[in-house]
Amino acid sequence: MTDPNHSVSPVLEVRGVSKSFGALHASRDISLDLRAGEIHALIGPNGAGKSTLIKQITGELRPDRGSVLLNGEPIDHLSRMARAQRGLGRTFQISALAMDFTVLQNAVLGALVARGGVFRFFSNVMRDRDLVARASEALDRVGLADVAQMRTADISHGQRRQLEVAIALTQRPKLFLMDEPMAGLGAGGSQSMTVFLASLRQEAPILLVEHDMDAVFALADRISVLVYGQIIATGTQEEIRNSVEVQRAYLGEEDAL
Amino acid sequence: MIRREQMCNAAVILLLLAIPLWAHSADAPFVITLATKVTILALAGVGLNIALGIGGLVSLGHAVFFGIGGYATGILASHAQTYEPLLQAPFVIEGTNQMPIIWLVAVVFSALAALVIGALSLRTSGVYFIMITLAFGQMFYYFAISWSAYGGEDGLSIWVRNEFPGANTLVPLHFFLICFAILCAVLWFAARLARAPFGLALAAARQNQDRVEAVGITPYRLRLVAFVVSGAITGLAGALFADLNRFVSPSMLSWHTSGEIMIFVIIGGVGRLFGPVVGAAIFILLEHFLGGISEYWQIYLGGFLLVIVLYARGGVIGALAGREVAHD
Repeated sequence: MTDPNHSVSPVLEVRGVSKSFGALHASRDISLDLRAGEIHALIGPNGAGKSTLIKQITGELRPDRGSVLLNGEPIDHLSRMARAQRGLGRTFQISALAMDFTVLQNAVLGALVARGGVFRFFSNVMRDRDLVARASEALDRVGLADVAQMRTADISHGQRRQLEVAIALTQRPKLFLMDEPMAGLGAGGSQSMTVFLASLRQEAPILLVEHDMDAVFALADRISVLVYGQIIATGTQEEIRNSVEVQRAYLGEEDAL
Repeated sequence: MIRREQMCNAAVILLLLAIPLWAHSADAPFVITLATKVTILALAGVGLNIALGIGGLVSLGHAVFFGIGGYATGILASHAQTYEPLLQAPFVIEGTNQMPIIWLVAVVFSALAALVIGALSLRTSGVYFIMITLAFGQMFYYFAISWSAYGGEDGLSIWVRNEFPGANTLVPLHFFLICFAILCAVLWFAARLARAPFGLALAAARQNQDRVEAVGITPYRLRLVAFVVSGAITGLAGALFADLNRFVSPSMLSWHTSGEIMIFVIIGGVGRLFGPVVGAAIFILLEHFLGGISEYWQIYLGGFLLVIVLYARGGVIGALAGREVAHD
Protein backbone atom coordinates (compact mmCIF):
# COMPACT_ATOMS: atom_id res chain seq x y z
CA MET A 1 0.00 0.00 0.00
CA THR A 2 1.30 3.45 -0.83
CA ASP A 3 0.91 6.25 1.62
CA PRO A 4 -0.19 9.40 -0.20
CA ASN A 5 1.11 11.60 2.60
CA HIS A 6 4.51 10.13 2.75
CA SER A 7 6.19 12.58 0.41
CA VAL A 8 4.97 15.79 2.05
CA SER A 9 6.25 16.83 5.45
CA PRO A 10 4.07 15.72 8.35
CA VAL A 11 1.75 18.27 9.98
CA LEU A 12 3.56 17.83 13.27
CA GLU A 13 6.95 16.38 13.89
CA VAL A 14 8.71 15.81 17.19
CA ARG A 15 12.44 15.27 16.74
CA GLY A 16 14.56 13.83 19.49
CA VAL A 17 12.86 15.62 22.35
CA SER A 18 14.29 15.03 25.83
CA LYS A 19 13.22 16.50 29.12
CA SER A 20 14.34 15.75 32.67
CA PHE A 21 13.05 16.93 35.99
CA GLY A 22 16.04 16.35 38.22
CA ALA A 23 16.75 12.64 38.12
CA LEU A 24 13.44 11.86 36.42
CA HIS A 25 13.73 11.48 32.65
CA ALA A 26 10.21 12.37 31.58
CA SER A 27 11.05 12.33 27.88
CA ARG A 28 13.97 10.41 26.41
CA ASP A 29 14.83 11.22 22.83
CA ILE A 30 11.23 11.10 21.64
CA SER A 31 10.52 11.28 17.93
CA LEU A 32 7.11 10.96 16.37
CA ASP A 33 5.07 12.55 13.64
CA LEU A 34 1.46 13.27 12.83
CA ARG A 35 0.42 13.10 9.20
CA ALA A 36 -2.49 14.74 7.47
CA GLY A 37 -5.75 12.87 7.85
CA GLU A 38 -4.64 10.51 10.58
CA ILE A 39 -5.33 9.85 14.21
CA HIS A 40 -2.13 8.99 15.99
CA ALA A 41 -2.71 7.58 19.44
CA LEU A 42 -0.15 7.94 22.17
CA ILE A 43 -0.60 5.28 24.81
CA GLY A 44 1.34 4.21 27.82
CA PRO A 45 0.95 3.51 31.51
CA ASN A 46 0.36 6.28 34.04
CA GLY A 47 3.45 8.37 34.55
CA ALA A 48 4.94 7.38 31.21
CA GLY A 49 5.30 11.04 30.25
CA LYS A 50 2.39 11.48 27.85
CA SER A 51 1.16 14.77 29.24
CA THR A 52 4.73 16.03 29.55
CA LEU A 53 5.22 15.37 25.86
CA ILE A 54 1.97 17.18 24.98
CA LYS A 55 3.11 20.15 27.03
CA GLN A 56 6.40 20.31 25.16
CA ILE A 57 4.50 20.33 21.89
CA THR A 58 2.15 23.11 23.00
CA GLY A 59 4.98 25.15 24.48
CA GLU A 60 3.91 24.91 28.11
CA LEU A 61 7.24 23.21 28.80
CA ARG A 62 10.54 23.70 27.06
CA PRO A 63 12.37 20.51 26.11
CA ASP A 64 16.01 20.19 27.20
CA ARG A 65 16.90 18.93 23.75
CA GLY A 66 15.19 18.29 20.49
CA SER A 67 12.81 20.14 18.27
CA VAL A 68 9.13 20.43 17.39
CA LEU A 69 8.13 21.23 13.81
CA LEU A 70 4.78 22.37 12.47
CA ASN A 71 4.38 21.73 8.73
CA GLY A 72 8.13 21.32 8.50
CA GLU A 73 9.00 24.56 10.29
CA PRO A 74 10.55 24.57 13.75
CA ILE A 75 8.29 26.25 16.33
CA ASP A 76 10.62 25.89 19.30
CA HIS A 77 11.11 29.64 19.64
CA LEU A 78 7.38 30.32 19.73
CA SER A 79 5.42 30.88 22.94
CA ARG A 80 2.46 28.76 23.83
CA MET A 81 0.14 31.55 22.68
CA ALA A 82 1.88 31.92 19.34
CA ARG A 83 1.73 28.16 18.77
CA ALA A 84 -2.01 28.17 19.49
CA GLN A 85 -2.43 30.91 16.93
CA ARG A 86 -0.40 28.93 14.39
CA GLY A 87 -2.98 26.16 14.67
CA LEU A 88 -2.29 23.92 17.64
CA GLY A 89 -5.70 23.12 19.09
CA ARG A 90 -5.42 21.55 22.51
CA THR A 91 -7.81 19.94 24.97
CA PHE A 92 -6.85 19.37 28.58
CA GLN A 93 -6.78 16.22 30.64
CA ILE A 94 -8.46 18.17 33.43
CA SER A 95 -10.98 20.58 31.95
CA ALA A 96 -9.61 24.12 31.76
CA LEU A 97 -12.71 26.23 31.29
CA ALA A 98 -14.06 29.56 32.48
CA MET A 99 -16.57 28.10 34.91
CA ASP A 100 -18.62 31.28 35.47
CA PHE A 101 -19.18 31.69 31.74
CA THR A 102 -21.98 30.10 29.83
CA VAL A 103 -21.04 27.22 27.58
CA LEU A 104 -21.53 29.51 24.59
CA GLN A 105 -19.22 32.16 26.05
CA ASN A 106 -16.43 29.63 26.42
CA ALA A 107 -16.82 28.70 22.77
CA VAL A 108 -17.01 32.37 21.72
CA LEU A 109 -13.73 32.97 23.53
CA GLY A 110 -12.03 30.40 21.31
CA ALA A 111 -13.58 31.83 18.18
CA LEU A 112 -12.68 35.38 19.22
CA VAL A 113 -9.00 34.69 19.66
CA ALA A 114 -8.81 32.68 16.47
CA ARG A 115 -10.50 35.43 14.48
CA GLY A 116 -8.70 38.33 16.16
CA GLY A 117 -10.02 41.58 17.59
CA VAL A 118 -9.58 40.79 21.28
CA PHE A 119 -8.63 44.37 22.10
CA ARG A 120 -12.01 45.89 21.34
CA PHE A 121 -13.68 47.78 24.14
CA PHE A 122 -17.09 48.85 22.89
CA SER A 123 -18.70 46.19 20.74
CA ASN A 124 -20.86 43.54 22.41
CA VAL A 125 -19.03 40.27 21.90
CA MET A 126 -22.12 38.10 22.36
CA ARG A 127 -23.91 40.06 19.64
CA ASP A 128 -21.12 39.47 17.16
CA ARG A 129 -22.95 37.25 14.68
CA ASP A 130 -19.82 35.90 13.09
CA LEU A 131 -18.34 34.76 16.41
CA VAL A 132 -21.58 33.41 17.83
CA ALA A 133 -22.25 31.50 14.62
CA ARG A 134 -18.79 29.99 14.68
CA ALA A 135 -19.12 29.08 18.35
CA SER A 136 -22.64 27.68 17.97
CA GLU A 137 -21.58 25.55 15.05
CA ALA A 138 -18.79 24.02 17.13
CA LEU A 139 -21.17 23.37 20.05
CA ASP A 140 -23.66 21.85 17.68
CA ARG A 141 -21.07 19.49 16.28
CA VAL A 142 -20.09 18.11 19.68
CA GLY A 143 -23.72 17.92 20.75
CA LEU A 144 -23.83 20.79 23.22
CA ALA A 145 -26.30 23.05 21.41
CA ASP A 146 -28.97 22.38 24.04
CA VAL A 147 -26.85 23.56 26.96
CA ALA A 148 -25.28 26.56 25.21
CA GLN A 149 -26.90 29.02 27.61
CA MET A 150 -26.10 27.07 30.76
CA ARG A 151 -23.37 28.07 33.15
CA THR A 152 -20.29 25.93 32.58
CA ALA A 153 -20.09 25.12 36.29
CA ASP A 154 -23.58 23.60 36.04
CA ILE A 155 -23.04 21.16 33.17
CA SER A 156 -21.86 17.60 33.65
CA HIS A 157 -18.27 16.48 33.63
CA GLY A 158 -18.77 14.72 30.32
CA GLN A 159 -20.25 17.83 28.76
CA ARG A 160 -17.19 19.80 29.86
CA ARG A 161 -15.01 17.33 27.98
CA GLN A 162 -17.14 17.95 24.91
CA LEU A 163 -16.84 21.69 25.46
CA GLU A 164 -13.04 21.36 25.52
CA VAL A 165 -13.25 19.80 22.08
CA ALA A 166 -15.72 22.44 20.87
CA ILE A 167 -13.37 25.26 21.89
CA ALA A 168 -10.57 23.59 19.97
CA LEU A 169 -12.92 23.37 16.98
CA THR A 170 -13.68 27.10 17.05
CA GLN A 171 -9.97 27.72 16.58
CA ARG A 172 -10.05 25.78 13.29
CA PRO A 173 -6.63 24.37 14.11
CA LYS A 174 -4.19 22.61 11.82
CA LEU A 175 -4.01 19.73 14.26
CA PHE A 176 -5.63 18.63 17.50
CA LEU A 177 -3.73 17.63 20.61
CA MET A 178 -6.23 15.80 22.75
CA ASP A 179 -5.29 14.80 26.24
CA GLU A 180 -7.71 12.07 27.32
CA PRO A 181 -10.91 13.41 25.76
CA MET A 182 -12.76 10.27 26.89
CA ALA A 183 -11.81 10.52 30.56
CA GLY A 184 -14.89 10.27 32.73
CA LEU A 185 -17.30 10.17 29.82
CA GLY A 186 -19.06 6.89 30.59
CA ALA A 187 -19.82 4.26 27.99
CA GLY A 188 -22.42 6.16 25.97
CA GLY A 189 -20.49 9.41 25.99
CA SER A 190 -17.27 7.76 25.06
CA GLN A 191 -18.95 6.02 22.13
CA SER A 192 -20.42 9.19 20.68
CA MET A 193 -17.09 10.99 21.20
CA THR A 194 -15.39 8.16 19.31
CA VAL A 195 -17.77 8.55 16.38
CA PHE A 196 -17.21 12.28 16.41
CA LEU A 197 -13.41 12.10 16.53
CA ALA A 198 -13.43 9.57 13.69
CA SER A 199 -15.14 12.14 11.49
CA LEU A 200 -12.86 14.93 12.69
CA ARG A 201 -9.63 13.48 11.29
CA GLN A 202 -10.54 14.65 7.79
CA GLU A 203 -10.50 18.21 9.05
CA ALA A 204 -7.26 18.06 10.95
CA PRO A 205 -5.13 15.20 12.22
CA ILE A 206 -5.34 14.27 15.89
CA LEU A 207 -2.62 13.34 18.31
CA LEU A 208 -4.67 11.45 20.83
CA VAL A 209 -3.55 10.62 24.35
CA GLU A 210 -6.03 8.12 25.66
CA HIS A 211 -6.41 5.40 28.27
CA ASP A 212 -9.64 4.02 26.87
CA MET A 213 -8.28 1.15 24.74
CA ASP A 214 -11.61 0.52 23.01
CA ALA A 215 -11.50 4.08 21.74
CA VAL A 216 -7.86 3.84 20.77
CA PHE A 217 -8.38 0.68 18.74
CA ALA A 218 -11.52 2.08 17.17
CA LEU A 219 -9.84 5.30 16.11
CA ALA A 220 -6.10 5.10 15.75
CA ASP A 221 -4.45 4.85 12.35
CA ARG A 222 -1.14 4.56 14.11
CA ILE A 223 -0.18 4.03 17.71
CA SER A 224 2.93 5.02 19.62
CA VAL A 225 3.66 3.36 22.93
CA LEU A 226 5.41 5.45 25.54
CA VAL A 227 6.98 3.76 28.54
CA TYR A 228 9.21 5.52 31.06
CA GLY A 229 9.61 8.50 28.79
CA GLN A 230 10.66 6.44 25.82
CA ILE A 231 8.77 5.47 22.68
CA ILE A 232 9.24 1.73 22.45
CA ALA A 233 7.16 1.22 19.32
CA THR A 234 5.25 3.12 16.66
CA GLY A 235 3.09 1.43 14.08
CA THR A 236 -0.30 0.31 12.90
CA GLN A 237 -2.64 -1.49 15.26
CA GLU A 238 -1.45 -4.83 13.90
CA GLU A 239 2.18 -3.95 14.39
CA ILE A 240 1.59 -2.79 17.93
CA ARG A 241 -0.44 -5.86 18.86
CA ASN A 242 2.24 -8.11 17.48
CA SER A 243 5.22 -6.26 18.89
CA VAL A 244 7.02 -8.43 21.39
CA GLU A 245 8.47 -5.39 23.08
CA VAL A 246 5.10 -3.79 23.61
CA GLN A 247 3.61 -6.99 24.94
CA ARG A 248 6.43 -7.37 27.36
CA ALA A 249 6.53 -3.78 28.50
CA TYR A 250 2.96 -2.73 28.48
CA LEU A 251 0.17 -4.84 27.08
CA GLY A 252 0.95 -7.68 29.43
CA GLU A 253 -0.36 -5.55 32.24
CA GLU A 254 -3.71 -5.06 30.56
CA ASP A 255 -5.83 -8.18 30.58
CA ALA A 256 -8.37 -6.52 28.30
CA LEU A 257 -6.04 -6.94 25.38
CA MET B 1 -36.89 41.99 29.90
CA ILE B 2 -35.45 44.16 32.62
CA ARG B 3 -33.47 42.22 35.16
CA ARG B 4 -33.45 42.82 38.87
CA GLU B 5 -29.91 44.05 38.86
CA GLN B 6 -30.73 46.67 36.24
CA MET B 7 -33.66 47.84 38.35
CA CYS B 8 -31.38 48.08 41.39
CA ASN B 9 -28.86 50.05 39.35
CA ALA B 10 -31.50 52.43 38.06
CA ALA B 11 -32.80 53.01 41.58
CA VAL B 12 -29.30 53.70 42.88
CA ILE B 13 -28.39 56.18 40.18
CA LEU B 14 -31.73 58.01 40.42
CA LEU B 15 -31.41 58.25 44.17
CA LEU B 16 -27.89 59.57 43.85
CA LEU B 17 -29.21 62.28 41.52
CA ALA B 18 -32.43 63.02 43.40
CA ILE B 19 -30.94 63.60 46.84
CA PRO B 20 -28.67 66.52 45.86
CA LEU B 21 -31.44 68.03 43.74
CA TRP B 22 -33.71 67.95 46.77
CA ALA B 23 -30.92 69.25 49.00
CA HIS B 24 -30.36 72.13 46.59
CA SER B 25 -33.96 73.24 46.85
CA ALA B 26 -33.96 72.62 50.60
CA ASP B 27 -30.73 74.64 50.88
CA ALA B 28 -28.70 71.86 52.48
CA PRO B 29 -25.30 72.20 50.81
CA PHE B 30 -23.71 69.74 53.21
CA VAL B 31 -25.89 66.95 51.83
CA ILE B 32 -24.79 67.87 48.32
CA THR B 33 -21.17 67.68 49.43
CA LEU B 34 -21.77 64.22 50.85
CA ALA B 35 -23.40 63.08 47.61
CA THR B 36 -20.49 64.53 45.63
CA LYS B 37 -18.08 62.61 47.83
CA VAL B 38 -20.04 59.41 47.20
CA THR B 39 -19.97 60.10 43.48
CA ILE B 40 -16.23 60.68 43.35
CA LEU B 41 -15.32 57.72 45.55
CA ALA B 42 -17.67 55.56 43.51
CA LEU B 43 -15.76 56.64 40.43
CA ALA B 44 -12.49 55.56 42.05
CA GLY B 45 -14.13 52.24 42.86
CA VAL B 46 -15.43 51.78 39.31
CA GLY B 47 -11.82 52.13 38.21
CA LEU B 48 -10.58 49.53 40.65
CA ASN B 49 -13.49 47.25 39.81
CA ILE B 50 -12.23 46.85 36.24
CA ALA B 51 -8.93 45.43 37.52
CA LEU B 52 -10.34 43.64 40.57
CA GLY B 53 -13.80 42.60 39.45
CA ILE B 54 -13.26 41.62 35.84
CA GLY B 55 -9.54 40.91 35.89
CA GLY B 56 -9.21 39.47 39.39
CA LEU B 57 -6.24 41.73 40.10
CA VAL B 58 -6.16 42.50 43.81
CA SER B 59 -4.38 45.83 43.73
CA LEU B 60 -3.49 47.44 47.04
CA GLY B 61 -1.84 50.29 45.19
CA HIS B 62 -4.74 52.16 43.66
CA ALA B 63 -4.14 55.05 46.03
CA VAL B 64 -1.16 55.85 43.78
CA PHE B 65 -3.48 56.71 40.91
CA PHE B 66 -5.97 58.46 43.17
CA GLY B 67 -3.13 60.51 44.61
CA ILE B 68 -1.57 61.29 41.23
CA GLY B 69 -4.94 62.62 40.12
CA GLY B 70 -5.16 64.66 43.29
CA TYR B 71 -1.68 66.11 42.91
CA ALA B 72 -2.35 66.90 39.25
CA THR B 73 -5.18 69.11 40.43
CA GLY B 74 -3.20 70.53 43.33
CA ILE B 75 -0.02 71.28 41.43
CA LEU B 76 -1.66 72.79 38.35
CA ALA B 77 -4.01 74.88 40.50
CA SER B 78 -1.24 76.10 42.79
CA HIS B 79 0.75 77.37 39.82
CA ALA B 80 -2.33 79.03 38.44
CA GLN B 81 -2.86 80.71 41.83
CA THR B 82 0.67 82.09 42.06
CA TYR B 83 1.10 82.78 38.32
CA GLU B 84 4.41 80.93 38.48
CA PRO B 85 4.97 78.73 35.46
CA LEU B 86 5.30 75.04 36.18
CA LEU B 87 8.26 74.82 33.87
CA GLN B 88 10.48 77.61 32.52
CA ALA B 89 12.81 75.75 30.20
CA PRO B 90 12.98 74.41 27.56
CA PHE B 91 9.46 75.74 27.09
CA VAL B 92 7.05 77.43 29.43
CA ILE B 93 4.24 75.40 31.00
CA GLU B 94 1.76 77.44 32.96
CA GLY B 95 -0.51 76.14 35.70
CA THR B 96 -4.18 76.02 34.96
CA ASN B 97 -7.46 76.19 36.78
CA GLN B 98 -9.46 74.65 33.95
CA MET B 99 -10.91 71.30 35.01
CA PRO B 100 -10.91 69.61 31.59
CA ILE B 101 -7.19 70.23 31.18
CA ILE B 102 -6.50 69.09 34.74
CA TRP B 103 -8.53 65.92 34.16
CA LEU B 104 -6.59 65.17 31.02
CA VAL B 105 -3.29 65.59 32.86
CA ALA B 106 -4.56 63.45 35.75
CA VAL B 107 -5.70 60.66 33.41
CA VAL B 108 -2.50 60.67 31.37
CA PHE B 109 -0.19 60.62 34.36
CA SER B 110 -2.10 58.02 36.32
CA ALA B 111 -2.28 55.86 33.19
CA LEU B 112 1.48 56.17 32.76
CA ALA B 113 2.05 55.25 36.39
CA ALA B 114 -0.29 52.28 35.98
CA LEU B 115 1.62 51.21 32.89
CA VAL B 116 4.93 51.17 34.75
CA ILE B 117 3.57 49.67 37.98
CA GLY B 118 1.49 47.15 36.06
CA ALA B 119 4.32 46.13 33.75
CA LEU B 120 6.44 45.23 36.76
CA SER B 121 3.88 43.87 39.20
CA LEU B 122 1.84 41.80 36.73
CA ARG B 123 4.82 39.53 36.27
CA THR B 124 3.82 38.16 39.64
CA SER B 125 0.46 36.98 40.86
CA GLY B 126 -1.46 36.25 44.03
CA VAL B 127 -0.05 37.60 47.25
CA TYR B 128 3.13 38.83 45.55
CA PHE B 129 1.07 41.02 43.27
CA ILE B 130 -0.72 42.49 46.28
CA MET B 131 2.58 43.15 48.02
CA ILE B 132 4.24 44.76 45.01
CA THR B 133 1.32 47.09 44.38
CA LEU B 134 1.38 47.95 48.08
CA ALA B 135 5.12 48.62 47.89
CA PHE B 136 4.64 51.00 44.97
CA GLY B 137 1.92 52.73 46.97
CA GLN B 138 4.27 53.28 49.88
CA MET B 139 6.98 54.59 47.58
CA PHE B 140 4.69 57.23 46.15
CA TYR B 141 3.35 58.05 49.61
CA TYR B 142 6.76 58.75 51.09
CA PHE B 143 7.82 60.60 47.99
CA ALA B 144 4.85 62.95 48.42
CA ILE B 145 5.68 63.44 52.10
CA SER B 146 9.20 64.47 51.23
CA TRP B 147 8.22 66.64 48.26
CA SER B 148 8.46 69.96 50.04
CA ALA B 149 7.92 72.04 46.90
CA TYR B 150 4.28 70.95 47.03
CA GLY B 151 3.61 71.03 50.73
CA GLY B 152 5.30 67.81 51.76
CA GLU B 153 3.55 66.31 54.72
CA ASP B 154 1.24 69.30 55.12
CA GLY B 155 -0.28 68.94 51.70
CA LEU B 156 -1.37 71.60 49.31
CA SER B 157 -4.40 73.86 49.52
CA ILE B 158 -6.42 74.95 46.53
CA TRP B 159 -7.78 78.38 47.33
CA VAL B 160 -10.59 78.48 44.85
CA ARG B 161 -12.16 75.47 43.23
CA ASN B 162 -11.05 75.06 39.63
CA GLU B 163 -13.31 76.15 36.82
CA PHE B 164 -15.42 74.32 34.32
CA PRO B 165 -16.63 76.15 31.21
CA GLY B 166 -20.30 77.04 31.45
CA ALA B 167 -20.70 76.12 35.11
CA ASN B 168 -20.11 77.82 38.42
CA THR B 169 -18.18 75.17 40.30
CA LEU B 170 -18.55 77.11 43.54
CA VAL B 171 -22.23 76.21 43.53
CA PRO B 172 -22.23 72.76 45.18
CA LEU B 173 -24.94 71.44 42.90
CA HIS B 174 -23.02 72.43 39.78
CA PHE B 175 -19.91 70.65 40.92
CA PHE B 176 -21.99 67.64 41.90
CA LEU B 177 -23.59 67.48 38.46
CA ILE B 178 -20.18 67.61 36.77
CA CYS B 179 -18.98 64.68 38.88
CA PHE B 180 -22.25 62.84 38.38
CA ALA B 181 -22.02 63.21 34.60
CA ILE B 182 -18.49 61.83 34.65
CA LEU B 183 -19.57 58.90 36.81
CA CYS B 184 -22.41 58.10 34.41
CA ALA B 185 -20.09 58.27 31.41
CA VAL B 186 -17.53 56.01 33.07
CA LEU B 187 -20.23 53.55 34.18
CA TRP B 188 -21.43 53.41 30.62
CA PHE B 189 -17.88 52.75 29.45
CA ALA B 190 -17.34 50.08 32.12
CA ALA B 191 -20.57 48.36 31.12
CA ARG B 192 -19.50 48.32 27.48
CA LEU B 193 -16.06 47.09 28.40
CA ALA B 194 -17.42 44.20 30.44
CA ARG B 195 -19.43 42.98 27.46
CA ALA B 196 -16.81 43.70 24.84
CA PRO B 197 -14.37 41.15 23.43
CA PHE B 198 -11.72 42.57 25.75
CA GLY B 199 -13.95 42.10 28.80
CA LEU B 200 -14.70 38.51 27.85
CA ALA B 201 -11.04 37.66 27.41
CA LEU B 202 -10.06 39.44 30.64
CA ALA B 203 -12.75 37.64 32.62
CA ALA B 204 -11.68 34.34 31.10
CA ALA B 205 -8.07 34.99 32.12
CA ARG B 206 -9.28 35.57 35.69
CA GLN B 207 -11.16 32.28 35.75
CA ASN B 208 -8.72 30.06 33.97
CA GLN B 209 -5.33 31.23 32.80
CA ASP B 210 -4.62 27.91 31.06
CA ARG B 211 -7.69 28.30 28.92
CA VAL B 212 -6.80 31.71 27.50
CA GLU B 213 -3.21 30.68 26.90
CA ALA B 214 -4.34 27.52 25.12
CA VAL B 215 -6.55 29.49 22.73
CA GLY B 216 -3.70 31.89 22.12
CA ILE B 217 -3.98 35.08 24.22
CA THR B 218 -1.30 36.33 26.57
CA PRO B 219 -2.98 37.05 29.92
CA TYR B 220 -0.25 39.56 30.79
CA ARG B 221 -1.25 41.88 27.95
CA LEU B 222 -4.91 41.73 28.85
CA ARG B 223 -4.17 42.46 32.49
CA LEU B 224 -1.79 45.28 31.73
CA VAL B 225 -4.35 47.06 29.56
CA ALA B 226 -7.00 46.52 32.24
CA PHE B 227 -4.66 47.87 34.91
CA VAL B 228 -3.93 51.01 32.88
CA VAL B 229 -7.61 51.68 32.18
CA SER B 230 -8.38 51.02 35.82
CA GLY B 231 -5.63 53.35 37.05
CA ALA B 232 -6.65 56.13 34.68
CA ILE B 233 -10.23 56.11 35.96
CA THR B 234 -9.13 56.11 39.59
CA GLY B 235 -6.76 58.97 38.74
CA LEU B 236 -9.64 60.99 37.32
CA ALA B 237 -11.53 60.40 40.55
CA GLY B 238 -8.50 61.66 42.48
CA ALA B 239 -8.49 64.90 40.48
CA LEU B 240 -12.15 65.50 41.35
CA PHE B 241 -11.60 64.57 44.98
CA ALA B 242 -8.89 67.22 45.35
CA ASP B 243 -11.26 69.78 43.88
CA LEU B 244 -14.03 68.72 46.23
CA ASN B 245 -11.87 69.16 49.32
CA ARG B 246 -9.80 71.99 47.80
CA PHE B 247 -6.92 70.21 49.43
CA VAL B 248 -4.40 67.53 48.51
CA SER B 249 -2.21 65.71 50.94
CA PRO B 250 -0.07 62.57 50.99
CA SER B 251 -2.91 60.77 52.78
CA MET B 252 -4.58 60.41 49.38
CA LEU B 253 -1.64 58.18 48.51
CA SER B 254 -1.60 56.15 51.71
CA TRP B 255 -2.45 52.52 51.70
CA HIS B 256 -5.55 53.26 53.80
CA THR B 257 -6.94 54.93 50.72
CA SER B 258 -6.19 51.84 48.63
CA GLY B 259 -7.94 49.75 51.26
CA GLU B 260 -10.95 52.02 51.36
CA ILE B 261 -11.39 51.93 47.59
CA MET B 262 -11.25 48.16 47.80
CA ILE B 263 -13.80 48.18 50.61
CA PHE B 264 -16.27 50.13 48.42
CA VAL B 265 -15.95 47.47 45.75
CA ILE B 266 -16.28 44.55 48.16
CA ILE B 267 -19.26 46.01 50.05
CA GLY B 268 -21.12 46.83 46.86
CA GLY B 269 -20.20 43.69 44.98
CA VAL B 270 -16.96 42.73 43.26
CA GLY B 271 -17.39 42.73 39.50
CA ARG B 272 -20.87 44.25 39.68
CA LEU B 273 -21.23 47.39 37.61
CA PHE B 274 -22.85 49.44 40.39
CA GLY B 275 -21.05 47.69 43.22
CA PRO B 276 -18.65 50.58 43.88
CA VAL B 277 -21.49 53.13 43.79
CA VAL B 278 -23.48 51.27 46.44
CA GLY B 279 -20.30 50.53 48.40
CA ALA B 280 -19.15 54.15 48.43
CA ALA B 281 -22.64 55.32 49.42
CA ILE B 282 -22.79 52.89 52.35
CA PHE B 283 -19.27 53.81 53.41
CA ILE B 284 -20.02 57.54 53.44
CA LEU B 285 -23.37 57.05 55.19
CA LEU B 286 -21.76 54.93 57.88
CA GLU B 287 -18.96 57.45 58.25
CA HIS B 288 -21.44 60.31 58.52
CA PHE B 289 -23.96 58.80 60.90
CA LEU B 290 -21.79 56.49 62.99
CA GLY B 291 -18.92 58.97 62.91
CA GLY B 292 -21.23 61.31 64.82
CA ILE B 293 -21.72 58.69 67.52
CA SER B 294 -18.20 57.47 67.89
CA GLU B 295 -14.76 58.37 66.72
CA TYR B 296 -14.16 54.67 66.29
CA TRP B 297 -17.00 54.16 63.81
CA GLN B 298 -14.82 51.90 61.69
CA ILE B 299 -15.45 49.14 64.23
CA TYR B 300 -18.97 49.02 62.80
CA LEU B 301 -17.62 49.22 59.28
CA GLY B 302 -15.44 46.23 60.04
CA GLY B 303 -18.41 44.28 61.34
CA PHE B 304 -20.44 45.19 58.28
CA LEU B 305 -17.61 44.14 55.98
CA LEU B 306 -17.31 40.86 57.83
CA VAL B 307 -20.99 40.10 57.32
CA ILE B 308 -20.72 40.92 53.62
CA VAL B 309 -17.65 38.80 53.07
CA LEU B 310 -19.03 35.84 55.01
CA TYR B 311 -22.65 35.84 53.95
CA ALA B 312 -22.98 37.89 50.78
CA ARG B 313 -20.07 37.25 48.48
CA GLY B 314 -21.74 39.23 45.71
CA GLY B 315 -21.88 42.27 48.02
CA VAL B 316 -25.01 44.32 48.56
CA ILE B 317 -25.86 44.24 44.86
CA GLY B 318 -25.47 40.48 44.89
CA ALA B 319 -27.78 40.19 47.89
CA LEU B 320 -30.40 42.40 46.24
CA ALA B 321 -30.21 41.17 42.67
CA GLY B 322 -29.05 37.58 43.00
CA ARG B 323 -26.24 35.85 41.23
CA GLU B 324 -24.61 37.62 38.37
CA VAL B 325 -26.23 36.95 35.05
CA ALA B 326 -23.66 36.16 32.42
CA HIS B 327 -23.48 38.13 29.19
CA ASP B 328 -26.63 37.93 27.11
